[in-house]
Amino acid sequence: MLSEAMDSPKLGFNFDLYTRNHMLLTKKGLKPPGYLKTGTTIVGLIFKNGVILGADTRATAGSIVADKNCEKIHDMAPNISCCGAGTAADTEAVTDNINSQLKLHRYHTGRESRVVTALTLLKTHLFRYQGHVSAALVLGGVDLTGPHLYTIYPHGSTDSLPFATMGSGSLAAMAVFESEFREGLSREEGINLVTKAICSGIFNDLGSGSNVDICVIEKGKKEYLRNHLTPNPRTYISSKGYSFSKKTEVLHAKVTPLKELVNVVEVVGDAMEE
Amino acid sequence: MDHDATADVNAPHSMGTTIIGVTYNGGVILGADSRTSTGLYVANRASDKITQLTDNVYICRSGSAADSQIVSDYVRYFLHQHTIQLGQPATVKVAANLVRLLSYSNKNMLQTGIIVGGWDKYEGGKIYGIPLGGTILEQPFAIGGSGSSYLYGFFDQAWKEGMTQEEAEQLVVKAVSLAIARDGASGGVVRTVTINSEGVTRKFYPGDQLALWHEEVEAHNSLLDILNASNPEPMST
Repeated sequence: MLSEAMDSPKLGFNFDLYTRNHMLLTKKGLKPPGYLKTGTTIVGLIFKNGVILGADTRATAGSIVADKNCEKIHDMAPNISCCGAGTAADTEAVTDNINSQLKLHRYHTGRESRVVTALTLLKTHLFRYQGHVSAALVLGGVDLTGPHLYTIYPHGSTDSLPFATMGSGSLAAMAVFESEFREGLSREEGINLVTKAICSGIFNDLGSGSNVDICVIEKGKKEYLRNHLTPNPRTYISSKGYSFSKKTEVLHAKVTPLKELVNVVEVVGDAMEE
Repeated sequence: MDHDATADVNAPHSMGTTIIGVTYNGGVILGADSRTSTGLYVANRASDKITQLTDNVYICRSGSAADSQIVSDYVRYFLHQHTIQLGQPATVKVAANLVRLLSYSNKNMLQTGIIVGGWDKYEGGKIYGIPLGGTILEQPFAIGGSGSSYLYGFFDQAWKEGMTQEEAEQLVVKAVSLAIARDGASGGVVRTVTINSEGVTRKFYPGDQLALWHEEVEAHNSLLDILNASNPEPMST
C-alpha cells in the first residue's frame, strides 16, 4: 500500500536517448548546445516589517552574457515573490507553474496565499524530478502568519532563514550578510544591505553582473524596484547614435490600392438588438 | 585535493550531521548539531534537524536533506490520518514503523538515517534507530550521522541505564559537542528536544557556550583584542 503511494508516476524525464547522446559526445566529438544559465547572485532578508528580495540581472550561455538585463525576481502571488538561480528555463517554468497553481488555490479557498503553500508546492515538484530541474530559489513573502523567507534547493530540500543567498555569487553575498545583518532592520537599511550584498556578487563573481533588482514585500503591499541600482552603464556610447549609411536602392515601385470589399456602417444605439 | 573557490551550490544538500537519541527514566532526549553542507560550503549553519511528527513523537534527520524532509512530511501525513482513525495519540512504535516502511521500500532511491524518539502512555519513552537500509532497531540510545563515528567509544563508557533528566541532557550536549569538535561536517549550535509525560521542551546551546575540548581555544571577537592586550602572548608552535 505504502510503496504504491511512493511509486513515481510515468511522468518526468525520458532518458532513452542518453546512450546515443553519450556516444555522440565522446566518439563523434559533437558539442552539445549550452543552455541559458543565470550565473546569479540572489538574496533575501527579513526586516522589521517584512521581506526584501534582491537579484542581479546577468544571464549567461556558457561564458557569453546572453542577457544583460534579465528579470530574476518572479511573481508567485500578490504577497509572495521568488528569486531564481540555475537554468533560466527551469526557474521560469517552475515559478510560472506554481504561480498558476497558487491562483487556482486562491479561487478555491477564497483566501490570501500563504508562503508555506508556495514552499510545499515548489519542493514537492522539485523532489519529483530528483534534482534534474535545476532551479535554486529564494522564496519570500508576508502572509497572515507573518513574514517568511525560505531557500529551496534543486533536489527539493528547504531551509527557513532570517537571511539567505543562492547562486554562484552566494558566497560573496553571504560574506556581506554575515558581517552586517541584524534583526529588526528598517526598510532603508534593509534595501541598502541587500544592494550591498548583490553588488558584492556582481563585482566579485563572474557569473553575476549588470544591475540590482529589489523587491520589498510588506503586509498588504509589494514593491518591485526594477534596476534599483545600475552600477554598470555602457562605457562608450556613440553620440551619433545608429545610422545606416548604405541605403537600399529602389529599382521599381508599384502601388496597388486595396479593393473595398466591406462597407462599414456606423450603428446608433444598441447594436446587439438586431 | 582539488581546491575550488566557488563551491558547487547545486550539489545535493546533505546534512553531515551528528544526531543522538537517549532514553532516561521518564522520557527521551533527542539532540543534534545544526550544520547543512552543500559540498564544502555550509548552506545553513543554524538548521533544525529535529522535526516534529506528532505532539509526542519527534525525529532526528541525517543524510540527504531533501530525502529526509520528504520522508518526514509523508510520515507526518500518515500519522495524522492514523491518529484520526485510532481516536488517540499514535504510539512511538507506529511512527517508527511508518518511517521504516518508507525507508526500506525505497532503499534504492533514498539516503536517510533517522532516529525516532517519543513518549506514549503504553511504553513510556522509546528510541528507535532507522539507518540507511531501512532496518528498525529499538535501543536505549541511538547515534547517527557522520559525527557519530566519534561517539561509539564515548557512549560505551558514559552511558548508564536509568539516568535523570539533567544527567541525560548533559550527556547529549557533551556528546554532540565532542562530535562537532572532530567532525568537519557537523557544527553550529546544539539543539535538544526533551519528551516526557508532561510534554515537550526545546533547548538551544550556542556554539560558543559549549565546553572547550583538547587544543580548542577561547573565542575572541577580533585579533585586535589580543594585540591590544597589555602583554600579548608570544606566538607558539
